[in-house]
Amino acid sequence: MSPSPDLAVEVHALRKRYGDKLAVDGLDLSVHRGEIFAILGPNGAGKTTTVEILEGFRSRDGGEVQVLGVDPARADRVWRSRIGIVLQSPGDQGELTVGELVRHFARYYPNPRDPGEVIDAVGLAESAGTRARQLSGGQRRRLDVALGIIGRPELLFLDEPTTGFDPAARRSFWALLAGLRDDGTTVLLTTHYLDEAEHLADRVAVVRDGRLLTLGTPDDLGGRTDQAAIVRWTERSPDGTVRHREGRTHAPSAFVRELSLQAGLGADAEVPGLQILRPSLEDVYLALIGEPSTEQSALPLAEGAR
Amino acid sequence: MSATTAKVDHAPLPSAARCGLARVGLELRMFFREPTAVTFIFAYPVVMLAIFATVFGQDGAMLGPSHAFSYAQYFLPAMIATGVMLSSFQTLAITIAVERDQGELKRLRGTPMPATSYFIGKIGLVLVTSLAQTALLLAVAVILYDVPMPSSPTNWATFAWVFVLASATGCVCGIGFSCVPSSGRAASAVVTPVVLILQFISGVFFQFENLPTWMQQVASLFPLKWMAQGMRSVFLPASAEAIEVGGSWQHGATAAVLVVWLVLGLVIGVRAFRWTRRDDS
Repeated sequence: MSPSPDLAVEVHALRKRYGDKLAVDGLDLSVHRGEIFAILGPNGAGKTTTVEILEGFRSRDGGEVQVLGVDPARADRVWRSRIGIVLQSPGDQGELTVGELVRHFARYYPNPRDPGEVIDAVGLAESAGTRARQLSGGQRRRLDVALGIIGRPELLFLDEPTTGFDPAARRSFWALLAGLRDDGTTVLLTTHYLDEAEHLADRVAVVRDGRLLTLGTPDDLGGRTDQAAIVRWTERSPDGTVRHREGRTHAPSAFVRELSLQAGLGADAEVPGLQILRPSLEDVYLALIGEPSTEQSALPLAEGAR
Repeated sequence: MSATTAKVDHAPLPSAARCGLARVGLELRMFFREPTAVTFIFAYPVVMLAIFATVFGQDGAMLGPSHAFSYAQYFLPAMIATGVMLSSFQTLAITIAVERDQGELKRLRGTPMPATSYFIGKIGLVLVTSLAQTALLLAVAVILYDVPMPSSPTNWATFAWVFVLASATGCVCGIGFSCVPSSGRAASAVVTPVVLILQFISGVFFQFENLPTWMQQVASLFPLKWMAQGMRSVFLPASAEAIEVGGSWQHGATAAVLVVWLVLGLVIGVRAFRWTRRDDS
């Protein structure tokens, strides 16, 4: 596999075994330079294993991997200076302040960002003199990100970056990552939050049992836009009772036009109780990983399934 | 965010020495912000010296041929050796195990920091703390217990090589031993008994010549006995050489045992050292 200059990450037929269990089972991935790429999957899907192989922490049992044109198993200092890593549970160093840690880590890199600017960018300017031990969980995570981006990485790895964040902290974290992408940083993140992938990622890979289930933009994941829409409306019978009706169609506009004509309402009239539903990302995701949908949305459940 | 510093391609990586110096500063800062560790490392040898000097030295009891020196003077070298072992072997074995368990080592491994720099930081920390601790012990011994200091440069030269060799051996053995505890929480529980047993059998708490022969022989396999003996050769009068078990200071054997442990620690340490937890590969 010759490295392609447009790709930050190329993975082909990656395999990793723990004892009898195949944690990664023939995974193929390519991450383009400059995009935010999300690996989405349930716990135990092999997300962290995959990312840690790409980061050079874990060995692999098969397949080919190129990260910034280098096999991470043969990583050197120069390669490490070009990537940034935010681990799922990084270290403690609780007695050092935010400012001390960020300034210290800057000294490992040939061309670091300005520590003060990085602290500002992650929203910790107020806490620069605070010891890491005294930060809240969300602030701690922001510090981890500050240490991950201080070296001006071309490629940033984030392993479940927003676990435990409150909604406001997540929003501002997402804005921070979007800003990094706009600066030209490629971002590869794992998450089990659908809204995170939907909001943030340019492309999403859904993995389960170490295999790629589907890959696409969040809008079009699993061919979501091609799936049949569900049209719901209400119908009043001649005896006055109201009936809820439902139909599936690939051409909802035509379907609704037809509906109003059939009811003899005329083209301008409103169809009572009209709803047109597409499967949500969650519906697609849950269908992909084989879990029953928890919401009774477009895919009605049998009674016994809940 | 990238506006102020222009992108420079192929800027040289900072050298291992530069990163190492930065690590020394960081290690010292971290160490001195942990009050319990600071208190233990500095107070333990001093308190032990005070207890032994006071308990055994009641009513001005003296030791050695023609009662030439006090108990404070006899135990001072052992306490210096203990202090060096605490601040090298014990500190490194525990803190590295904890840093590994908490993922700190893994995070460092993900940066371009060279491995050498990490060890330079640890060794710098050990040198500064063990020098400070030895100075404190000497000050207490001189001021409170009137222990005479050697005046001959030969003695101080012996002190220098025993101190350096003992610290180096303690460092590499501590780095290697940090892989033994299965978790950060277990680290103290695994490391402390090793240190304590060595102290008991190596003549730190008792006069070595009064220990059972088999215990002396076991202790002779480990560095602490030789560290204490080397320090005795510095701080006790020449007449005390006669009461040593071997009948002499055995500088050659001291150097040999410490070097063997130094090499052993290096070989095992290099092979066993891990940046990640055992369950994480």
